[in-house]
Amino acid sequence: MQLLTTAKPMFIPFIVAGDPHPDVTIELALALEEAGADILELGVPYSDPLADGPIIQRAAARALRHRMTLQKAMELVPEMRKKGVKIPIIIFTYYNPVLQLGEESFFALARKNGVDGILIPDLPFEESEHIRKRSAETGISFISLVAPTSKRRIKAIASHAQGFLYCVSSLGVTGIRDTLPDELGEFLEEVKRYSRVPVAVGFGISSSEQVNMLKDRCNGVVIGSALVRKIEQLADKLQQEETKTDALNEFRSYAQSLVAPLE
Amino acid sequence: MYNVPNENGRFGDFGGKFVPETLMLPLEEIEQELTKALADEQFKAEYVHILQEYSGRPTQLTYAPNLTAKLNGAKIYFKREDLNHTGAHKINNAIGQALLAKRMGKKKLIAETGAGQHGVAAATVAARFGMECIVFMGEEDIKRQELNVFRMKLLGAEVVPVYSGNRTLKDATNEAIRYWVQHCDDHFYMIGSVVGPHPYPKMVREFQRIIGDEAKRQFLEREGTLPDVVVACVGGGSNAIGMFYPFLEDDVILVGVEAAGKGVDTPYHAATITKGTKGVIHGSLTYLLQDEYGQILEPYSISAGLDYPGVGPEHAYLASIGRVRYESVTDEEALAAFQLVAREEGIIPAIESAHALAKAFQIAAMLRKDETVLVCLSGRGDKDVQAVMNDLKGGLDIATTHNS
Repeated sequence: MQLLTTAKPMFIPFIVAGDPHPDVTIELALALEEAGADILELGVPYSDPLADGPIIQRAAARALRHRMTLQKAMELVPEMRKKGVKIPIIIFTYYNPVLQLGEESFFALARKNGVDGILIPDLPFEESEHIRKRSAETGISFISLVAPTSKRRIKAIASHAQGFLYCVSSLGVTGIRDTLPDELGEFLEEVKRYSRVPVAVGFGISSSEQVNMLKDRCNGVVIGSALVRKIEQLADKLQQEETKTDALNEFRSYAQSLVAPLE
Repeated sequence: MYNVPNENGRFGDFGGKFVPETLMLPLEEIEQELTKALADEQFKAEYVHILQEYSGRPTQLTYAPNLTAKLNGAKIYFKREDLNHTGAHKINNAIGQALLAKRMGKKKLIAETGAGQHGVAAATVAARFGMECIVFMGEEDIKRQELNVFRMKLLGAEVVPVYSGNRTLKDATNEAIRYWVQHCDDHFYMIGSVVGPHPYPKMVREFQRIIGDEAKRQFLEREGTLPDVVVACVGGGSNAIGMFYPFLEDDVILVGVEAAGKGVDTPYHAATITKGTKGVIHGSLTYLLQDEYGQILEPYSISAGLDYPGVGPEHAYLASIGRVRYESVTDEEALAAFQLVAREEGIIPAIESAHALAKAFQIAAMLRKDETVLVCLSGRGDKDVQAVMNDLKGGLDIATTHNS
């Protein structure tokens, strides 16, 4: 995945595959692209999502009720392409499902389904050497994360980054935060000094005010929990034929309103 | 020579650090401080001193004359971790980690608990060292272990109920880790077993090996030789590692006992090594109960302390190299042993320990009279009396077998 640092920061939404239903996921992806998304992060539901707060935990539970798996999530990608989704798609999954599928099969399926990148939140730099090498060979970007605690680790992580570098805005799991830490600007400056790829910020970003504050300090914003909460609120409407179009429109407008400052 | 984990925290293939990036530096800091502390004679002396004058160590090695006679096989000895302050081996580790937290200038402790024994131990050391303590506990376990919940609150800890998943130890650990991710700048996460990311499995082993070090010395004094078989129960596996570690290079048969619940051929068990496959849980590569897609399954055991879908990575390693034999014991067998030890030896064991005892009795009955079996009696059973009473509905299973 080759990304150029453009004048306009990227909008990188996150949704959970299979939430509230696998068919709806495809339409939500299209709505997000229409709302201006530059990259889509497609989350694979997991029974024990250690890096996620309650909103994404609930979404994972809903998706697991539809028996969503890592393989099925990757198979949604060509379905999305058929419906007209063109932006790069990153598979976000915890490590254990990858381990059970087997690295070989995982990369084969990622290639076959046209996955552009992978993000494994519980596979830190020290444990990911093998997968990073494989990613480089197959041209599937391995997205690395840096956190406010990374400090002396930033340089090594940033210099090996592929695709874009994901900056965790603050201590904690994913969720909705009213405020972001004061030190965030300084942290982003340091990361940008070492990174050769675009730098995006995520975790807690849930309002257009926050997006506005961040737009000049990074190359992209990742928005997950705020969108997933909206999906939760619209879950019933999204699954009924007569209300679906309205619900998708409402979702698209909501996404647009969050990232309006990027335009 | 037995020399694991390596610098990456690996026990063979097992172990490692599978955690969000945010926790990598805190883990590194703990590892560095642990290495310094373990090389510091003053630290070790303080740890031992507190265990002696606060927890009552060394705990006794107790011969079980009545059960030995009844089973007509090997001589049976108990390592009495139930005699520790707070009633279980968990205090050994809690004191060690609290001293480390103090060294690191951290005054707030996070803990997870299943049966409540580690939660009580953490709350206890927090009170003793003037620290704050927040304990995560599954709502189901809160119901099963009401008394321990009150005990923790009495000791000044905050107990946070966890409503996710099966609402037991796995979920409490998830929540404790999530809380730690948010508060790692000023909190110390005190894990209660030999699980979690490196350096926790190693650290907890170092703070629990006192069980085996003492037992080995005591046994040699008493019998002039090492035991033939050593048995301990395994949930996460901290009492077992503590007991086994000093015997690993000796000619001693080591047996870890997992919870078979309603049977290992039913979905209701916690026999991770017996039935599990390789995977990652709570930051560590180990054996775990999971489905074919890598989703973690809910375990089951009558014992809240063994009700865990993973197992310490060192146990996974010891199983893979064949050094320790892992077997399992059902709820029913554990309940029978619980009552048997009470009636025959006047000791009410924890239901967790009753799993080890049940297996030890099966083994002892098959051995010669000049052979010996040493069991880690990891905790006392006061906490389980209510639940066992409800389970037996007042009727004692072994009333008819009592030899009066």
